Amino acid sequence: MKSGIHQLYAKNPRKADRLLWGRTANPLTRRGFLQKSALAAMSLALGGEMVFANYFPEGLIPAALAHSSEPFQLPGKHPELIVLNDRPINAETPPHLLDPALTPADLFFVRNNGIPPEMKAIDPANWVLAIEGESARQRKTYTLPELKQRFENVTLQLTLECGGNGRKEFNPPAKGNQWSAGAVGCAAWTGVRLRDVLQDVGLKSDAVYIGYFGKDTHVSGDPGKEPISRGVPIGKAMEAETLIAWGLNGQPLPWLNGYPLRLVIGGWPASCSGKWLERIVIRNQVHDGEKMGGQSYRVPCRPVAPGAKVADEDMCIIESMPVKSLITYPKTGAMIREGQQLGLRGHAWAGDLKVQEMHFSIDFGMSWHRCRLEEPANRFAWQHWQAEASFPQKGYYEVWARATGADGKMQPMLLPGWNPKGYLNNACHRIAVKVV
Amino acid sequence: MEKPDYSQDYDKLLRSLYRAIIFLSSFAVVLALGLVYYGLLGNPFAAEQSIPVAAKQEAPAARRPGAAADERTEGGVHLATGLRVAEGFEVVRANCTGCHSGKLIAQNRATRDGWQEMIRWMQRTQGLWELGGNEAVILNYLAANYAPEEIGRRASLDLEAIEWYILEE
Repeated sequence: MKSGIHQLYAKNPRKADRLLWGRTANPLTRRGFLQKSALAAMSLALGGEMVFANYFPEGLIPAALAHSSEPFQLPGKHPELIVLNDRPINAETPPHLLDPALTPADLFFVRNNGIPPEMKAIDPANWVLAIEGESARQRKTYTLPELKQRFENVTLQLTLECGGNGRKEFNPPAKGNQWSAGAVGCAAWTGVRLRDVLQDVGLKSDAVYIGYFGKDTHVSGDPGKEPISRGVPIGKAMEAETLIAWGLNGQPLPWLNGYPLRLVIGGWPASCSGKWLERIVIRNQVHDGEKMGGQSYRVPCRPVAPGAKVADEDMCIIESMPVKSLITYPKTGAMIREGQQLGLRGHAWAGDLKVQEMHFSIDFGMSWHRCRLEEPANRFAWQHWQAEASFPQKGYYEVWARATGADGKMQPMLLPGWNPKGYLNNACHRIAVKVV
Repeated sequence: MEKPDYSQDYDKLLRSLYRAIIFLSSFAVVLALGLVYYGLLGNPFAAEQSIPVAAKQEAPAARRPGAAADERTEGGVHLATGLRVAEGFEVVRANCTGCHSGKLIAQNRATRDGWQEMIRWMQRTQGLWELGGNEAVILNYLAANYAPEEIGRRASLDLEAIEWYILEE
């Protein structure tokens, strides 16, 4: 599933230049680099400085890389991310790489709906966020430095998961990016509370929803089209953990994850957490931006049979994500010796709720063993769990992990309710183990 | 499934090229389908893809084993596009991979009707052109090669994809 550098260049060399290096050549000579950053990126990949870079034609794979069949690396991302789509960029993290307590920036999944603004077009010192809308008492703008200075800075561990994480398993299949298990991550986000900013602007009493707009552009290139503009009800927006964030694990946000500013709304589909954030609207109705309506990020209001056609008016907006967990250690495919204990660990989360219990099974769900489960660092942070498994004899096993939320609801072993767009698959995670 | 944003000219060129090809191919109905695709569709389009000079100049002998070559296949899969090589492959390649990765096709599964819905959606919202007589060829290819598998309520773990390794204590 990894995309090779040749494939990208064969499709559209100029696009590949921009995608890989953030490069645009001189439009007249079609040579050279308009951005120093692009030259730096290419030099880094080449392992040495590029001499006569000004004469290097656009859309050309440097010869040193042309001989490489290595999968290309998304800018700022780990080479082992699984790239599902390169336009817009969508990439997920293999579960074993989600093992750290906090997901490192280069391993945080990417689910982009549009094309991010070019790095050179981003000036964090002059980045402006506007708050407006029919239910705002006034229109007000803040530069990023003003946000940092005027409001209390907070750092919170918040879990973001794509609403379509696990789509791959639905039957009949749903179209779209076929996410496996890794469109999820939990990082320490630094920013200001959205509610502090909203209160500074002032909300009218009829405010019911907020919506965001970002600087990313529609894949069609049509400037009149928004790639995505979603939001959340005022109640969720005003929670103490809902952030306008500029930092991830103590560093500026990765470019592909919304640099320099984004919303982070833990526990809800990550599409609520707008990236490259430049405008928030306070609405007196449910926000009607791109991908709020139709069938996007919606599931049938009432359960339907697999494969059913559901009219738009019978689809309801997804709010809290369901209870879920991952086995991040060991990586699937572990072979151990007879009598060897197997340490297991991972994370569990439950949308708006806390995870109450964590269990694993090595006998296909016939018996379940309780895991040690840690408290969350704060609301909406994933919780770490550990356990040790013993196996009765040699053979093939699967380790299944099952979290239970504070409301007593557990992850199903089979697929949960089928829905046309393939959202909310929280079936228990499974890894294969052999005792040899 | 999306039209490149900054290469309108490239797109227009493709479309007019494509129209010309349809016109030409109407004179060639007596020829075998395969001949039409390779002779009229495959080659002009391949030329359009403007393979980078460095890659072109690269001598086969200089290539490291395992280095990507444009037309290499492995296990029936065309490496550059990620698509299965089967009847209709060249038409799919010509009409689909100009705008989006072949991987987007290869990772999805749908019935013939489902694939047709996706084509209609791309025509409605993403600027996909009319496919004419090629639509049936494309749908046949997709329905045959990327059909839903009957996996019940949950598929078994994909054991072929697992890389087994010794885990020391």
